[in-house]
Amino acid sequence: MSAFRLPGRGRIDVARPVAFRFDGKAMTGAAGDTLASALLANGVHLVGRSFKYHRPRGLLGAGVEEPNALMGVDRGPGRHTANVRATTIELHDDLTVETQNRWPSLGFDLGAATNLLSPLFPAGFYNKTFMWPRSAWETLYEPAIRRMAGLGKAPHAIDPDRYTARHDFVDLLIVGAGRAGIEAALAASASGERVMLIDEQPELGGKLLANPARWDWLAGALTRLDDAGVVCLSRTTAIGLYHDGFVGAVERLTDHLPPATATGPRERLHRIRAARIVLATGAIERPLVFADNDRPGVMLASAARTYLHRYGVAVGKRVALMVTHDSGYQVAFDLAEAGIGIAAIVDSRPDLDPSLKARASDLGLELIPHAVVIGTHGAKAVTGITLAPLGSRQVRKIACDALLMAGGWTPTVHLWSHGKGKLGWDEALGAFVPEGEMDRVTCTGACAGAIDPGHGVHAEALWSPRDPASFKAFVDLQNDVTARDIRLAVREGFRSIEHIKRYTTNGMATDQGKTSNLNGLQVAAGALGNTAPQVGLTTFRPPYTPTTFGALAGSAKDALFQPTRKTVIDSWAHAQGAVFENVAQWRRARYFPRASEDMDAAVARECRAVRTGVGMFDASTLGKIEVVGPDAAEFLNRMYTNPWKALAPGRCRYGLLLGEDGFIRDDGVAARLADDRFHVTTTTGGAARVLGMMEDYLQTEWPDLDVWLTSTTEQYAVIALQGPRARDVIAPHVEGVDLSPEALPHMAYAEGRICGVPMRLFRVSFTGELGFEVNVPAGHGLAVWEALWAEGQRHGITAYGTETMHVLRAEKGYIIVGQDSDGTLTPDDAGIGWAVGKKKLDFVGRRSLARPDMLLPDRKQLVGLLTDDPHYVLEEGAQIVDVPNAPVPVPMIGHVTSSYHSPTLGRSIALAVVAGGRARIGETLFVPMADKTHRVTVSEPLFYDREGARLDG
Amino acid sequence: MTRFSAATLLAKAIGHHKGWPAQWPDAAPKPSYDAVIVGAGGHGLGAAYYLAKKHGITNVAVIDKGWLGGGNTGRNTTIIRSNYLYDESAFLYDHAVKLWDGLSQELNYNVMYSKRGVLMLAHNVHDVQSFKRHIHSNRLNGVDNEWLTAEEAQAYCPPLSIDPNARHPVLGAALQRRGGTARHDSVAWGYARGAAALGVDIIQNCAVTGIRRGADGAVEGVETERGFIATRKIGVSAAGNSSVLMDMAGLRFPLESFPLQALVSEPVKPFFPCVVMSNTVHAYMSQSDKGELVIGAGTDAYVSYSQRGALHIVEHTLAAICEIFPVVRRMRMLRNWGGIVDVTPDRSPILGKTPVKGLYVNCGWGTGGFKATPGAADLLAWTIAKDEPHPINAPFNLDRFRSGRLIDEAAAAAVAH
Repeated sequence: MSAFRLPGRGRIDVARPVAFRFDGKAMTGAAGDTLASALLANGVHLVGRSFKYHRPRGLLGAGVEEPNALMGVDRGPGRHTANVRATTIELHDDLTVETQNRWPSLGFDLGAATNLLSPLFPAGFYNKTFMWPRSAWETLYEPAIRRMAGLGKAPHAIDPDRYTARHDFVDLLIVGAGRAGIEAALAASASGERVMLIDEQPELGGKLLANPARWDWLAGALTRLDDAGVVCLSRTTAIGLYHDGFVGAVERLTDHLPPATATGPRERLHRIRAARIVLATGAIERPLVFADNDRPGVMLASAARTYLHRYGVAVGKRVALMVTHDSGYQVAFDLAEAGIGIAAIVDSRPDLDPSLKARASDLGLELIPHAVVIGTHGAKAVTGITLAPLGSRQVRKIACDALLMAGGWTPTVHLWSHGKGKLGWDEALGAFVPEGEMDRVTCTGACAGAIDPGHGVHAEALWSPRDPASFKAFVDLQNDVTARDIRLAVREGFRSIEHIKRYTTNGMATDQGKTSNLNGLQVAAGALGNTAPQVGLTTFRPPYTPTTFGALAGSAKDALFQPTRKTVIDSWAHAQGAVFENVAQWRRARYFPRASEDMDAAVARECRAVRTGVGMFDASTLGKIEVVGPDAAEFLNRMYTNPWKALAPGRCRYGLLLGEDGFIRDDGVAARLADDRFHVTTTTGGAARVLGMMEDYLQTEWPDLDVWLTSTTEQYAVIALQGPRARDVIAPHVEGVDLSPEALPHMAYAEGRICGVPMRLFRVSFTGELGFEVNVPAGHGLAVWEALWAEGQRHGITAYGTETMHVLRAEKGYIIVGQDSDGTLTPDDAGIGWAVGKKKLDFVGRRSLARPDMLLPDRKQLVGLLTDDPHYVLEEGAQIVDVPNAPVPVPMIGHVTSSYHSPTLGRSIALAVVAGGRARIGETLFVPMADKTHRVTVSEPLFYDREGARLDG
Repeated sequence: MTRFSAATLLAKAIGHHKGWPAQWPDAAPKPSYDAVIVGAGGHGLGAAYYLAKKHGITNVAVIDKGWLGGGNTGRNTTIIRSNYLYDESAFLYDHAVKLWDGLSQELNYNVMYSKRGVLMLAHNVHDVQSFKRHIHSNRLNGVDNEWLTAEEAQAYCPPLSIDPNARHPVLGAALQRRGGTARHDSVAWGYARGAAALGVDIIQNCAVTGIRRGADGAVEGVETERGFIATRKIGVSAAGNSSVLMDMAGLRFPLESFPLQALVSEPVKPFFPCVVMSNTVHAYMSQSDKGELVIGAGTDAYVSYSQRGALHIVEHTLAAICEIFPVVRRMRMLRNWGGIVDVTPDRSPILGKTPVKGLYVNCGWGTGGFKATPGAADLLAWTIAKDEPHPINAPFNLDRFRSGRLIDEAAAAAVAH
């Protein structure tokens, strides 16, 4: 056992030694230790280097407030975690940690040269320099700054751990399992309510764990809670309080286990919805601000008490205390009783509580009232302090190996503030406490300010006989922000605490100001000549402590990042060797290559098959909405540009949907199944958006309409048969429908059966050929597909994918919303003004179509383009100009929206939008690419079967 | 104004930095000004600076209900780029990028404009078409933007995953090398210092409560918490609260305000060299000089003036980031915050005159205002000084919502601003 371990003390198990490695050095601690307590037990006080000046640093605290002792924890490949506080690392076998931000070693860090140059690096120095020469910022200064900055190692391998999440619904959530939280849970436990008590530490108990006199009560209370069915979660940090009683919390499941034995998810996100929330988040002790208050061994008094009672470790052998608050005395008494030498208790206050004086006297402790520490000594550990009576230059030196600070307590009001709870200044505490009320949320215990103020004094910084601008008195230890930095900020006109924070970076380190915000505020208030409440506090933001990205991302990764929607025919396409593409959330077959075919060859073959025989296409991804009700036709009439009321049951119509701005949003064919029922189709990507838009109008604009909307996209598989022989393929399998052109002409609809299952049959075409779209219940989709495929073999049937579909429809000039239109085209721009009901009084977007700009002749209009070189396929997105080789900026008059090689025509074709395009048909325009300018001739956006005769086959 | 340089820093160090003057005085309102800018963000402070510097109008006040730079200037993810599709937008944002280049020297204040490059990822055929369209348009407009293959994109940004089996594989990327980042606070502070040195009053904690108009309808001044301030020219540059201010002048503005969240990680050593944006996977990221990963995504779904957002947006954002950059999965979120963005129907700003004489507006920047800061400021100053818009901002008038001449980058490209 080391010289610093105190036999018989603490909640650790010294009989179970734990081996760990610290910066490559093998050490031993005890079960129940944190890394911090184990390092102290091993006599290690130097645990880190600061961010800016690389000053040697030791432990300040014993909990999440720790700003100095940041470690890289290595649990194997991909399992390196940077910036973990040693005070929160539970010791376990094979724990491997390394210190950060030092080179070549923690003891000898060349970065400490910045400390010598620190007079040149006050707050905001980077705003004032590095500006000459101009180019040097990016080539020289910034790279150098970036190399110096950053704390932990950058990640380089993928984390193999899993993260999980769950939803919790409780009547009462209590955050913090110290005395106040446990008492709140006990009070509620008999009520029969669902009560949840969460705490960030491995053990419930909070500061009771550092108070052996309360351990029996604690054990009894926890048993009672368990018996009452209260859900108690340790290692669970409430990271944020959100709207309406919602708390996010992260539970750490495996980091406390040796890597070899850790199984299951590493962390679990709890999304907790609570009817009531009690915040019992306690308070954090404040350090004191004086010269060289950052030397290893200078520590919060409460931390020393925690190390003593909870971990059985002495923070030193000869300990001095600097107190401005009574709570420091109890620490001194406890240490003395444990046999630890007390060098002196220095108290800034002139008048001390007689009982404390008497107790100190009984224990033989030297008490120095009305004096302050004005400096510390030592290199990598404190070896002594200099103190002076207030207002005096009669300094005195005292040797010590630790200096404890008791500067009062700061209630942990982070979660309260997340919820926009108000704060009020408590003069006795020298801190902000929750004020007023918040829906569902109350505070209790130290968090609510229920702290014995103990006659504390709350100075901005300790007095010093020296010029305060001449020494470093740290406020934010991690970011190396000193009191003089804050005073400099005020001097330079930064008067808001938010400005001071941002200018000095006070409170912006990984501890987010848990020990520095209040002191920074006090220093700023002093410099401004204001009171602390006049200056106010910066805003607390989630998370309370740093939170693993993976825990928040959860299982939403790889294939689960977003579901891949597949049609029921997808497996067939996969087996056929289809090449797929992502379209919205869907995976769609793009083409079906045979043997060594590339995409162009496969598409050419598929196109020829449709034009000359029959092709088969999986159109199941088309959005489908069943619009039902007495006012269904009226509703569609208002949503779509087309007239719907006169459409007879059994007929289809191409529908065009605009936004309020008059621009095309979606399109699709709808069939009237009955007077009060429509089967509406949408684009693949637009399905959810169109349904949402319909619901929006139905619920907010026209609640009087009697209409119901149901998404049926996934209820139907859609098999498109396209080509002159399409009818031959389905005819043998269809029952109850007369397929003759007379009975079922183009744009007709019928219901019947196919292959024995119910069918909704659309006679529609997106290819310009005779076409049928067979809708069957999705569960039968694959069987029907396979039956038709088998039937089609006699007719040379060919499966085709989205690419062929694109080429075929482009030959016919059918637009794809989102490709040929882009949210800036009106129906007239797109050449489909015929789809707008001229006699209709209103529809969504109608008013916008009358705006002056919508009627200008130079609007961009859909046209066709034919390149001079029939083999050159224009690049989609290429820009179009009417004057070649104009100087930059080149006036552009349009762009290529769709462009393919047309196997049917044996040449390239393109669709484009061109300013005043329809009046330019026959003109020569130019498409300037980086390497060459291409000549094109404007044409009608229709390249094949101009009369549309093939549709009527 | 004390000139900033390494030499003055050294000289002041000898005196323990006691010799630094205030970077700008905290002014009290005077009874009247030649022009009043409402909103002391980067845009508003910059407008005051350019009014004084370029147009000789120095009797100017910038007033804000809070502290300068405390709104979206201090809350954004500091991305700068100008690879916009339409001529109007490309000229507007490139005007800003040209001013960013050299702004530190112009202001004698290091705003840390860093041309790290902005990489925009294409994940599907539609993205590729859209980005190619941007690249061709940008080339012809003289705006740099180039196409990279997935492999080239990864070479430019090594943490990028280009796994072809990813849910949304990277098919390529558009790179604007002049794009990058700057230090947001320094921009506000630099303009404040520069404007104050030219005689501009910066009046903080002075909320505007009304806009007073005369019998002829023209503005006569602003009512504030600290009294009436007379002026004939008011420039409103108040982001999420612009529509509230315009309402005081009797104008209804086509703006909706949404919460927009951002977050940073703990700092680590530099490993992420540029800015990467993905619209399809829906997130963007860069690494600050301090070492923090700076991350953002889209707005929350509902209109709100609450400067905080919901956790599920953060969950989705980080899932997206981890999907694109799987190596960051074990890193930790340090801080998450929200701002209010004002969004127009076409997601382009409104920058110009209003139907009220003497009232000028600069608003509707949505999620993309930071990158435009120097450009918007310069053009607002021009518009106020000349009582007519500069040709660059003329298309961004309020009337376009009546006429229909919209500038809809988002509709055209499905690219988040």
